[in-house]
Amino acid sequence: MFSRAYKAAVTLPPLLWVTAFLLASYLLMFCYSFWSVSAAQSIVHSWNFYNYAQLLRVDVYWQTLLRSMWIAARVTVFSLLLGYPLAYFLSFYAGKKKDLLYQLVIIPLWVSYLVRAYAWKTILGSDGVLNTLLQYVHLTKHPLEFLLYSPFAVVLTLTHIYTPFAFLTIYAALEHIPRNLVEASHDLGATPGQTFWKVIFPLSIPGVLAGATFAFVLSLGDFLAPLLLGGPSGIMISNIVVSLFGAAYNWPLGAAISLCMLLVVVSLLFFSERLEKKWSFS
Amino acid sequence: MTAVWDAVAGILGRPLLRIRNVAKNFGKNKVLRDISLDVAEGEFLTILGESGSGKTTLLRIIAGFESASAGEVWMEDERLDRQPPYRRRVNTVFQHYALFPHLTVEQNVAYGLRVAKRPEAEILSRVAEALEKVKMSVHAKSKPSKISGGQQQRVALARALVNRPRLLLLDEPLSALDANLRRQMQVELKSLQREVGISFIFVTHDQEEAMVMSDRIALLRSGELEQVATPREIYGRPSTAYAAQFIGHTNLLKGEVRGGMSRCGPLTWQTSLPDGPVLFSLRPENVRLAAENTALSNGVRVRGKVLHQAFHGATELIRVDCGAGLVLVVRTSGSGGALDAVDLEFSAADAVLVRESPERI
Repeated sequence: MFSRAYKAAVTLPPLLWVTAFLLASYLLMFCYSFWSVSAAQSIVHSWNFYNYAQLLRVDVYWQTLLRSMWIAARVTVFSLLLGYPLAYFLSFYAGKKKDLLYQLVIIPLWVSYLVRAYAWKTILGSDGVLNTLLQYVHLTKHPLEFLLYSPFAVVLTLTHIYTPFAFLTIYAALEHIPRNLVEASHDLGATPGQTFWKVIFPLSIPGVLAGATFAFVLSLGDFLAPLLLGGPSGIMISNIVVSLFGAAYNWPLGAAISLCMLLVVVSLLFFSERLEKKWSFS
Repeated sequence: MTAVWDAVAGILGRPLLRIRNVAKNFGKNKVLRDISLDVAEGEFLTILGESGSGKTTLLRIIAGFESASAGEVWMEDERLDRQPPYRRRVNTVFQHYALFPHLTVEQNVAYGLRVAKRPEAEILSRVAEALEKVKMSVHAKSKPSKISGGQQQRVALARALVNRPRLLLLDEPLSALDANLRRQMQVELKSLQREVGISFIFVTHDQEEAMVMSDRIALLRSGELEQVATPREIYGRPSTAYAAQFIGHTNLLKGEVRGGMSRCGPLTWQTSLPDGPVLFSLRPENVRLAAENTALSNGVRVRGKVLHQAFHGATELIRVDCGAGLVLVVRTSGSGGALDAVDLEFSAADAVLVRESPERI
């Protein structure tokens, strides 16, 4: 249908783009992860597994990676728990207010990430809105310290930031469910509760999986929220990577950790895609 | 009217379903107006109407997916319209089947029994029996997306009937099938209904389908019932011009009665009707091409010029200009060739007095 020249002209630019900005950089990072740094702070181009061994040997690296996954998992669960009921309500019960409410849920996405993270700083700090209020009503005598600079603050902020993503994918899945299936279920004697668990929820699983993947992958790689709100105990793996590439000047180790993260993310995407396929019935 | 129906019901035994003065408004749009209708036990009732006549809305009110703006729906001694759909002993076959895509054919059919928490052994045997009845046992383990439209139709039927409802509602279930399969399903559906003995309310816009399958037809027009009668009665004795035209073909004769004579253009015949303007429906097959020498005792004869002949095989439709602006359509079993001027004849008893159908919004 199209000439070879046309096909080549259309395919080449994206191919070049992907090669130059993705494949080449990944390859470079892959190479770096097998190199090392000399005492004089220069890269030694000799191939070895030293960085990967470091990753397993030094507690702070693998522990932080695990903790980051644990934080991401909590963010995922909370985002789904908040996003699902909201999406369900909007899709099935909001009626004419649907579009307005939808926009309201989306609006936070237009606000800069930094602003939202700083907003939590203002709310959770020792002199913050929440602590001031708690002391004002005499619920506490001293500011609660665990609110800010803690994993709690990181999970809270990331949940706030990634809930709209979970909401969006779940909402899209719910909107795709033909309403006559819900009627058919009621017609066959299923109560609204039974209908939800036997028809609506199973058919929304692809959206739940997509939303969970979004929330997990994005929060796993996050470094701003832990930087601003995490404190020493709320540090995440990306913060370590950033410092290794920056102040610590250990690109090879940073590359090794990045590749481990990439591996986690890619295998997750692979599994969620397979699951989504298994649960889609269009 | 309601009082009369209740009196009749008292004699014949109570009907299964009683619809009383049901109305439905969507905003200012009056979709249904003052519908009263009874459905007997084991009856096959068809709600026939054009699209937008309100027939699906009426069905959805009975099923419980819409609430009536006014009126009541009773099933025996139970006020049906106050129950949520999942408590009504009514099941529906949806227009596009609405099979659950994530469940197999078998699981779809078992759905109603599962949510009712019947014992598993009973579920299995009833599901197997229902699938057997609609000849879908071989596809028990298939997903709905893997079977054809006609097969999905059967599964939808089995899924509804397995619950042994008192009443089955069918919303244009055959409209998505091709013509041949459709005729076959009409026959199967009718015999299945006789076999299970459950009352069916069947919604369609297809008058032929309604004629073939129904015990009674309720003709709906712009949200009001035009006529409720058996197929033979509604065809032979249509009560309104709309009913006469919607079901089959007809000639509408506009005229007036004066002094015991009906006069419609060149046609006149004796009548016992009182004086005034009248409208008659005369079916094309009740008009004959008359030979010179034979005449009916109570026949009306007229001579006319053939305008058009359409040969359909078993029958032939002939349009005849009878003068004074009157064109009659005649259905014969075959004229034998091209015609020019013909004598037409019909029995005055076949000209059925019908009411004008006023325009409705």
